[in-house]
Amino acid sequence: MPTVAICRYGAGNVRSVELALQRLGAELVDDVEGADLAILPGVGSARSAMDGLRERGTDEVLRDRHARGRHVLGICLGLQLALDESEEDGGVAGLGLVPGRAVRLRAGRIPRIGWAVVEPGDQAYWFAHSYAAETQATVATSEGVAAVVESGSFVGVQFHPEKSGAAGARFLERCLSRV
Amino acid sequence: MPLPRLIPCLDVAAGRVVKGVRFQRLRDVGDPVELGAAYSDAGADELVFLDISATVDARRAAVDVAARVAERVTIPFTFGGGIRSVADAAAVLEAGADKIGVNSAALQRPELIEELARTLGSQAVVVAIDTEGGHVRSHAATRDAARDTVEWAKECEQRGAGELLVTSIDRDGTQGGYDLEQLALLRDAVSLPVIASGGAGNARHVAAALAVSEAALLASILHENPARLVTLREELRGMGVNLRDAA
Repeated sequence: MPTVAICRYGAGNVRSVELALQRLGAELVDDVEGADLAILPGVGSARSAMDGLRERGTDEVLRDRHARGRHVLGICLGLQLALDESEEDGGVAGLGLVPGRAVRLRAGRIPRIGWAVVEPGDQAYWFAHSYAAETQATVATSEGVAAVVESGSFVGVQFHPEKSGAAGARFLERCLSRV
Repeated sequence: MPLPRLIPCLDVAAGRVVKGVRFQRLRDVGDPVELGAAYSDAGADELVFLDISATVDARRAAVDVAARVAERVTIPFTFGGGIRSVADAAAVLEAGADKIGVNSAALQRPELIEELARTLGSQAVVVAIDTEGGHVRSHAATRDAARDTVEWAKECEQRGAGELLVTSIDRDGTQGGYDLEQLALLRDAVSLPVIASGGAGNARHVAAALAVSEAALLASILHENPARLVTLREELRGMGVNLRDAA
């Protein structure tokens, strides 16, 4: 089983991600630099999350991993932080792993909360967000919103696989099998 | 719009699921983890745990329950009851809950909504509103909060709430149907998702609520019986409600 490090920077539903990976038998480690897969979780605001990453030097570790072609999975805000910038909090510079920006949702009820189908495919996953990625790197969408983005060794998901029941577990299993 | 949601609600006291009529004559009906997991297996889209004892001891118990639920349940869940500060809320979320619910504490000090949203993100902040005749009630609906329901809903949105859980007190436990008029007024007044609560007696009631809100809270209609959720989902599907395929 691959080793997985979850970035801890004071902004994430770390416990749920940890539990989901343990259920799949992944070996959790602290070494974000060396793990087979690094996961960048995230809930809350873009600015405080980026500050948290910078304070711990995790921003550089993740850029370096990406440059070396090592796998990184961003979840929810973790996907948005990987972009060049976010328009949240008056504009926040991101990690720049994926070209594009996070913009505020314009249609529907906001926050966008609930289960929604991701296409291509017919599985519904759990979403809870007010911002979404605008990027050429989008490989799957949900009601017109970027749901999965891929850029080199980075994969980002706007939904929460760790909270998406059986469909989410299968998604994480595929991520583990790829590293 | 995301799919309509069905959300079983479990009343919890001292770490156990309890049942009572309007908070009176409580009796123990099971373990929150076991019942929560059974609802999840039966196709629930989310769960709400409401700690109705809400003492300091209860808050500690709530963190413990949240941690145990997170270990077993892989769908989102909300914890409400007795949360009065960002620290209370953060402890429950760190244990693995996705959202916290606040009610009376937000009425007493509305700034709490802003503090919670700023620290935890709006998506984690559910404001529960107990309403009767267009007016808000507080403290387990025992007191008149001297606020108009629609005005309070707008204020909650402005202060950063992520969802509103709206319980019609005069309908609660009656199984006579949700207060659709009140729900429609709120839908038009705010752009947040609204969870309808209070009054569900049959599938037709639930379908009607889902036509004017994003989610339906299910309490007495389920009788703590996950098998009822399975049949309810089938009935709703038969009426054309587009529920999630949980397989």
